[in-house]
Amino acid sequence: MPHSVTPDSTPQGESQASSVTMKAETQDIDMADAPDPAVEEKTKVNLEDLFDDEDSDGEFASSAPQVKSEEESSQPQPIPKNIASKSAYSDPEVMRAFYQRLFPFRYLFQWLNHSPSPTNDFAHREFAFTLPNDAYLRYQSFPTADLLRKQCIQMLPSRFEIGPVYSTNPRDRKTLRKASAFRPLTKELVFDIDMTDYDDIRTCCTGASICHKCWAFITMAIKVVDVALREDFGFKHILWVYSGRRGAHAWVCDKRAREMDDPKRRAIAGYLELLKGGDQGGKKVNVRRPLHPHLDRSLNILKEHFQTTILYEQDPWSEEKASHLLQLLPDQTLKAALQKKWESSPGRASASKWSDIDSVAKSGSLSKSTKDLLEAKQDIVLEYTYPRLDAEVSKKLNHLLKSPFVVHPGTGRVCVPIDTRTVEEFDPLAVPTVTQLLQQIDEWKGEEEEGKKIPDWEKTELKPYVEFFRTFVNGLLKDEKSGIKREREDGDAMEF
Amino acid sequence: MALRTEYSRVDPKRRANLDYKKRQFANPEFKQQEYAHRLNFYVLPPTAEITLEEFETWAINRLKVLSEIEACSFRNKSPEETAEYMKSIVDKYLPLRSNSSRSQSLQDERKRDHYSHFILRLAFSATEDLRRRYSRLETALFKLRFKDDDLLERRDFVNTLNLEWEEVGADEKREFGAELAAASGMKKGEDQDWFKVDWERVPELVEQRRVLLKRGKAYVPQREQMSLVVAEFTKRLDEALELTARARPRLDEDERLEPILAHLSQSFTAPDAAYSSSDAAIDGLSTPTAASIDTLSKHFPLCMQSLHSNLRANSHLKHFGRLQYTLFLKGIGLSLDECILFWRRSFKLMTDDKFNKEYKYNVRHSYGDVGGDANRRGRGYTPYSCQKLLTEPLPGPGQQHGCPYRTFTQDNLLSLLQKGGINDRDILKSVKEDVQKQRYHVACNRVFEASHKREIKKVKDDGSWSAADLDTIVHPNTYFKRSWLLKHLGEGNVGIANGGEKMEE
Ligand SMILES: [Zn+2]
Repeated sequence: MPHSVTPDSTPQGESQASSVTMKAETQDIDMADAPDPAVEEKTKVNLEDLFDDEDSDGEFASSAPQVKSEEESSQPQPIPKNIASKSAYSDPEVMRAFYQRLFPFRYLFQWLNHSPSPTNDFAHREFAFTLPNDAYLRYQSFPTADLLRKQCIQMLPSRFEIGPVYSTNPRDRKTLRKASAFRPLTKELVFDIDMTDYDDIRTCCTGASICHKCWAFITMAIKVVDVALREDFGFKHILWVYSGRRGAHAWVCDKRAREMDDPKRRAIAGYLELLKGGDQGGKKVNVRRPLHPHLDRSLNILKEHFQTTILYEQDPWSEEKASHLLQLLPDQTLKAALQKKWESSPGRASASKWSDIDSVAKSGSLSKSTKDLLEAKQDIVLEYTYPRLDAEVSKKLNHLLKSPFVVHPGTGRVCVPIDTRTVEEFDPLAVPTVTQLLQQIDEWKGEEEEGKKIPDWEKTELKPYVEFFRTFVNGLLKDEKSGIKREREDGDAMEF
Repeated sequence: MALRTEYSRVDPKRRANLDYKKRQFANPEFKQQEYAHRLNFYVLPPTAEITLEEFETWAINRLKVLSEIEACSFRNKSPEETAEYMKSIVDKYLPLRSNSSRSQSLQDERKRDHYSHFILRLAFSATEDLRRRYSRLETALFKLRFKDDDLLERRDFVNTLNLEWEEVGADEKREFGAELAAASGMKKGEDQDWFKVDWERVPELVEQRRVLLKRGKAYVPQREQMSLVVAEFTKRLDEALELTARARPRLDEDERLEPILAHLSQSFTAPDAAYSSSDAAIDGLSTPTAASIDTLSKHFPLCMQSLHSNLRANSHLKHFGRLQYTLFLKGIGLSLDECILFWRRSFKLMTDDKFNKEYKYNVRHSYGDVGGDANRRGRGYTPYSCQKLLTEPLPGPGQQHGCPYRTFTQDNLLSLLQKGGINDRDILKSVKEDVQKQRYHVACNRVFEASHKREIKKVKDDGSWSAADLDTIVHPNTYFKRSWLLKHLGEGNVGIANGGEKMEE
């Protein structure tokens, strides 16, 4: 007699149920319940999302801030009035003051609403709150900016995320008779670049820590992805946002991007993705020649960074780590010659080793063609510099992403926009923390004119970021408006 | 479509006048459609009557073809191998000849193709998953046919589609010459014509970086025309399926159609549901515990062994790896409590607090203990099949999930196998060839056979196992079960159901 199967294991035929029809349920799904009740087949997807969320773990671990920041220790910690603890960034009073006085709800509303007066683009948009007790509250939605603000002040979420616009109000999803009436319709195309994906080539820091040296990986990624989205796909409204600790997000807000279904999102993610293979996968870049124009352009952008960021700052092939470099070279004779050379001078720096490749090859230790060698070297440059995207985030219409301007609970830093025109100058370690900002309000010495109140954010270092965001939103709204006008005109023309 | 009542041939009970179109539309002329082309975009629904028998037979024949196409993709056959393999099947069940064949049955074949497509469209419109599968397989079938269609006839067909393609002019060709060549991987100087379309129309070519993109336009080489046509086919079919799904509850079909449609969609679902709970019920194996996984792991297939050793080496596994492994462990009968204990102990470097907050929920979720809906609660998710593992995206840096035969480099794979005791050079060589041909599951089965050679010979010789018991393994949990049983032959009923003390080793 077989031992009995545990009640938790899967009864026969279940695979059929799970792979075919996850019929909608109007069950209570309040806290921490990721699976999407309404969209068929999404249950599977969401299970994975769930694992996903939690694996960006360090990102939101509420433990003490781990950012390697000089300022943090040297600067006096700002202590807003009535706030005792200096490091608890998600202290209820800090968060309350932040949502009441600093968070730019108005512009966030305009950004998502695409119009000055409320539309379903905003009203049917999903927000998900992470509450102070770590509960995760999905399917929140708000008719206006003010109601969103009210709920933030009331619940004091440590952060909140933004999901898609649904076919009906997400709060009504349980009352619908037909599950298919609740479908995600549109969402910005989003990208997530996180330092964890660079851990195998990053030598300066580990885990959740970052420094200026490794931030360069993110800078490179932003440059390459941004130009491709603009030049190749023709997108214009791309908002880059610092994720608050060790990465960056992009929101592509063009109408054409928002309306893409999953296969199209997958196509863009695939177009931009280059590195293949896990830790056991060996050489991660294997591209055909001639290089696709996108890769050729990327290589030109990245070459320079390779010299400074990789060879000098990361020094990835010191000592025995040079074996990885050898592994990536195609030529046995050359490899042997290099290995011999490096073994005899153990302290040799990565930059010297890199130039050794050519000089040793020239001195006769090359059995393959110089073209093969050049291509292998290009592949290596790409492996060490090309953007490493968390592509799953981009592939799904209904993936949620942390809102701009929320506070990172671990670092206290505000998730501010990054201006790509000056992306090289962006310093994640100089981004103000919520406590600093609140102190700046108190310390503000300017004068308010009679009857004209200056918003609190203008009194702080948050000012340039909010103004940048405002300009971005205005540009988007302008295009939306002319787009609607054009559609209307086209429509009229059709009628005649 | 309508079913003709044929008193002479159809059993009176099955007599049907299944004519919803007739009632739905004002002009129910039963006209026989003329099929000028072999290829069909299936834009117009059929209008003539057919018998219930034809209805069912035609649908089943098409289903047979689609299932075989799916099996090919499961076995990772190349497009050429698939075309070769499918030829006899298509000839038998769904022949479709070109005009130049001058065959007598040309119109008949095309009619069957047309009708069976629409019947299955109806049958498979019910759920999102069925729709996606149907669309994928119909697209594959269309592609097969498109490729071997007569060139002139194909051109005529494409011309009827009125696809709006802007031709790239000489100026632009000159301006972007080098880039156009690089994007499509052709040699310089090779003369080529190009279309310019919104990139959204060729997502597949974009995804593979096989077209040049400029401000939202894709420059598609003439020879990639197939991609455009196929993308258009898929797009129209998806839209039509969506409409069918919405109209479905309103179709006043004859009630006799429902069971047929239901049956069709069920037989479409069954084939790759390879995991059954009987895989967890193993004669003589005591209920696994957190502590017994290390010993049991020598019976695991390479995909799970690799996750296990990674977990042991790093005291951590990334999310997809965890998901894959948790479901597998559930599948071998590890209880939820034991599974939580297993992960808790394995993540040695983690605090209880962090584990409880961030990891425990997911284990419970996989078991269906939390989350989801009531239907699924108590069951959770099914352990992944080889098909699932072979078709999901490749792992990114730092991830270890998936099938090692597919994700590892050859060197790493071979050294892993050698570590696991596979040292026979012939076997390793064959595995290498399997992998090169992307026949990953064949490689895995080969390794299984090699490492259980003695036992397999024994059960074959003494006839204690049937051929079906030694079928190709297509599920990691089947691998485990079979391995365990083979290595414990002749131990009779040791440790019957929960006889804990007699747990092996
Ligand atoms: Zn660093």
